[in-house]
Parts: sequence; C-alpha cells; structure tokens
Amino acid sequence: MKTEQTELPVEDTVQIDPNDPIIEITKLCKSFGTQQVLKDLSLKLYNGENLVVLGKSGSGKSVLIKCIVGLLRSDSGTIQVFNHDVTALTVKELGKVRQEIGFLFQSGALYDSMTVKQNLEFPLIRLKTELSEKDRNVKIEEVLENVGLSDALYKMPSQLSGGMRKRISLARTIVVDPKIILYDEPTTGLDPVTSDEISVLINDIQKKYKTSSIIITHDIECARATADRLIMLQNGQIYADGDIDGYENSKDKVIKAFFK
Amino acid sequence: MKIKIPVSKAKQIVIHHTLKLSEKTIEKTEIANNFLTDFADVILFITHFIKETFTRKFELREFLHQCFVIGYKSLPLITVTGTIMGFVLTIQSRPVLVSFGAVTMLPGMVAVSLIREMGPVITALICAGKIASGMGAELGSMKVTEQIEAMEVSSTNPMRYLVVTRVWAATLMIPLLVLYADAMGILGSWMGANLKGDVTLTLFFSQAFSHIDFIDFIPAIIKTFFFGIVIGLVGTYKGYNAGRGTESVGKAANSAVVLASLLVLIVDMIAVQITDMLVL
Ligand SMILES: Nc1ncnc2c1ncn2[C@@H]1O[C@H](COP(=O)(O)OP(=O)(O)OP(=O)(O)O)[C@@H](O)[C@H]1O
Ligand SMILES: [Mg+2]
Repeated sequence: MKTEQTELPVEDTVQIDPNDPIIEITKLCKSFGTQQVLKDLSLKLYNGENLVVLGKSGSGKSVLIKCIVGLLRSDSGTIQVFNHDVTALTVKELGKVRQEIGFLFQSGALYDSMTVKQNLEFPLIRLKTELSEKDRNVKIEEVLENVGLSDALYKMPSQLSGGMRKRISLARTIVVDPKIILYDEPTTGLDPVTSDEISVLINDIQKKYKTSSIIITHDIECARATADRLIMLQNGQIYADGDIDGYENSKDKVIKAFFK
Repeated sequence: MKIKIPVSKAKQIVIHHTLKLSEKTIEKTEIANNFLTDFADVILFITHFIKETFTRKFELREFLHQCFVIGYKSLPLITVTGTIMGFVLTIQSRPVLVSFGAVTMLPGMVAVSLIREMGPVITALICAGKIASGMGAELGSMKVTEQIEAMEVSSTNPMRYLVVTRVWAATLMIPLLVLYADAMGILGSWMGANLKGDVTLTLFFSQAFSHIDFIDFIPAIIKTFFFGIVIGLVGTYKGYNAGRGTESVGKAANSAVVLASLLVLIVDMIAVQITDMLVL
C-alpha cells in the first residue's frame, strides 16, 4: 500500500461550520442556445466541507463548477466565492479569486507540449511567485509522491496512461495549496485500488489544508469515502440534498438507480 | 439526516414545451446572425490581441520558443522551396532572354522578380500552409482538451501566453524566412544558370545585386511583416475559436490554411497597388 496516510499528519475530525458558506450560489441559470442546463440553482458549500455532486451524464455538473471559477458566464444569478460575486468581478479580481481555487478538469487538461515537471511548474510559477526554484522542486516532488508517480517527472503527457494523466492533473491541481478544490471526476478511469488511494488523498488534503471541496463523481465508492454531504443534479436543479445515509436508505427511484 | 426532494415536474414540462416552440424561430435567425457574429468575433479577437500586446507583462520565454518553432523549424522547407523557385525561374526565363540576346540580364532579372514578388509570396503561402495550420491545430486541440481553460484558472491569460507570442513571433520570423528564401532562390538560380553556362557564384551574386534598388527591396520587406501578422492572426484565431469535439481541430487547421493563403494574396495585391502609387 501507498504511504499517504503516514505522510500527511491527519486530524480525525473535520469542522464544518454551517453558518460559514465559502461558496454561495443563488438562482444560477445557464443555457447554451436553447438548451437550458442550469435552472435557478441554489447551493452552498460550507467551509471545510467535502460536497459530492451526483447526476447523470449531461446534467450540468461540469458546467456548474465552470461557472464557479468564471470559465463559463452564467446567464443570471449570483455566485459568491469568499464573499466576492464571481459574476460581477473584473478580470483582475477574478484572477485573485482563482488563485485560491484548484480545478481538476474532467479531461485532465495536461499541457501536451510540456513535460510533467513543466506542467506542475506552470501554476506554481504563476501563482506562487514567492517560491524559489528549490522550493518549487520540493513541492513538485511532494505532490508527485502523493499521487504515487514520482518517477514520471520528465515524461511527456503522451507517454502516460489515462489513469496516470488523471493523477498528474490531480497533482497539478493541489500543488498550489488551494483553499477550495473543485474535482471533476477524480477517479473516473482508475482501477479500484488507485481510486481508493485518490479518495484517501482527497480526505487527507481536506483535513491537512482545511480545504473545502466540490467533488463530481459517478463513483459511489469515492462518494462514500469522501462525502460530508451529497447533492444530486437533475434537469438543471438540485434533486436531492443530504448525507450518504439518507441516499442509501432512500426509496426514490432516481436515487436508487445510483445506489444499487 | 433526511434528504429533501423538491417537486417541480409540472413546471419543467411547461418550460420544455415553450422551448420547443421557440427553437424553430431561433434557428432561422441564427443563420442570419452567424455572419455578423463571426465578424464581431474577429473584431473582438483583434481588439483583445492589441490590448494584450500592450500590457506590461510579456511572455518572453514563450515568444522566443515560438520564434524557434516558427523560424528555425521551417528552415529545411524554405531552403528546398527557395532553391527550387530560383532554379525553375532561371530555366524558364533563359530561352526568352537568349532570343533577345540578353542573357547577361538573367541574374538581375531573376533577382528582381524573386525579391519583389516570388520570394515573399511563395514563402508566405508555404508558411500559411505550415505555420497557420500548425497554430490552428495546436490551439484547437488545446481548446478541445480544456488546456486553454486550465491556463485561465492558473491565472495565466491565454490570449497573452498563446496568441500574442505566436502572432509576434510569426511577424518577426516570416520576414527573416523570406530574406532567407530570397538568398536560396538566387543560389538556385545560379545552379540553373550553371547548367547551360559557367558563372562563378560571386560573379552571379554581384550581377544579381547590381540590378536591385532600394525600391525593389523596401516595399517587399514591409509587406512580409504584414504577411506574418496575417498568418499569425488567422492561425491563432481559428485555433482559439475552435468548437467542441475533436473534429473541430481538423476544421480549425484546414480553414486556417485556406483563409491565411487567401489573405496573403489579398494583402499582396494591396501592397502592390500602394507601392505602385508611391513610386509614380
Ligand atoms: N461550451 C458548451 N457549449 C455548448 N453546450 C455545452 C457546453 N458545455 C456544456 N454544454 C452542454 O451542457 C450540458 C451539460 O454538460 P456538462 O459537461 O456539464 O455535463 P456533465 O454533467 O458534466 O456530464 P458528464 O458526467 O458526462 O461529464 C450538456 O448537454 C452539454 O452538451
Ligand atoms: Mg462533466
């Protein structure tokens, strides 16, 4: 087994303060042409919380988190992140907010023309300008070890397998120590063992760095392992909101289909 | 904790049907709007490009890297095409000159047509094929695989990092490539001349250059900067605005070549007109 648990000093409890939403979305609407993807969606992410987002393919999960970092412009509604309304910020201010947000892309989004090391350096150089080259290398080694890929440092993304790419992009997401992490399907395409390791890693990061996360996943095991709370998206709205026990015991058809 | 399930089925059905109705009208206006939105997109892209050019932070490393990619990596291709250009031009025009008894004019004539027209235009067209399509494909695939968005969340302005660097690299390197192609063309011409006659390379070059005035040289060089900027802008625009899905990468590369080639010829036409007006 990997040694993540021993490496990161982990506290047992996570403190989630329900009076302290770190992201607060109200009445968010987003459509593409005539297709309305999100309809009046309201959602809060509390400080320190791991929020799992479930939903069928195409239900707008990725669109939701892209709206949060301002990659997609919402049609209406507000998105408060650290008490700044993302939808109303200037490019410069948005950049500041983004510095605190880690984003794991569904497709990985590794830079094809750069080595793994350069991929990890890219956000470090730009977001953590205070770090020296030596500190950067230490940091890069640390995150690569966390995802179990220390030997991939000088490989090109094209030389990596799909699962390895996923893990490298996870490393690139966490390398800058963000306060909020948005994971878009962190375990998709990984074997069960690696999936478990990633789930453990997500929990460790949450506890060690006191991050708040939104985790989009279809992987119920991952959801079980990481979720403090789960929401389910359906038809552009929140269909269900609750903890894992509520879902597992639910008699609702749509939910049951997910928790077979 | 219990879970809450909001009941809003009826509302959703109503919305669904209203959307269906409006879909057709929207489709029609969409086609009419496409041209206008495309045009607006281009204007927006160029304004954005200009704005990002004049910000203080310049991505120097990426710019130099692009100069290397665009300039150095095109050298073999330009060497071959330049040489062939001069060679063919010589072989073709020699009989005509012989019949007028003006073979001594050969180096000068070839040099003038190479430097004024053939060199810039053919090099630019080849660069449109190689560089514009390369940019279209590269940025297109970056767009499709969310790499451009990844840059954005890393607080890097992709316009500045990807577009500004590439366009200025092309603007700087294509004139240099043209000069290089001109030199290779004269070399090729010398080879062609040597098939029938016997001239030394130095004599050939000095004969060639004795016919060249500033007026041949300067406008030709100025227009190559515009070729460069056009090729860079078209390549990056097509890539940057590629759609979703892998097939749009191919489309971006393809339409970049077509549009860049066309625009190179149009710019050339305008340049010739302007030169003509200024000289007279
Ligand atoms: N940039 C875009 N332009 C047009 N349509 C889009 C765009 N992004 C997303 N969509 C549409 O929005 C809908 C929701 O997409 P989204 O990527 O959020 O789905 P998802 O819930 O993440 O699904 P999956 O689990 O398959 O990743 C889809 O129908 C998709 O076609
Ligand atoms: Mg998705």
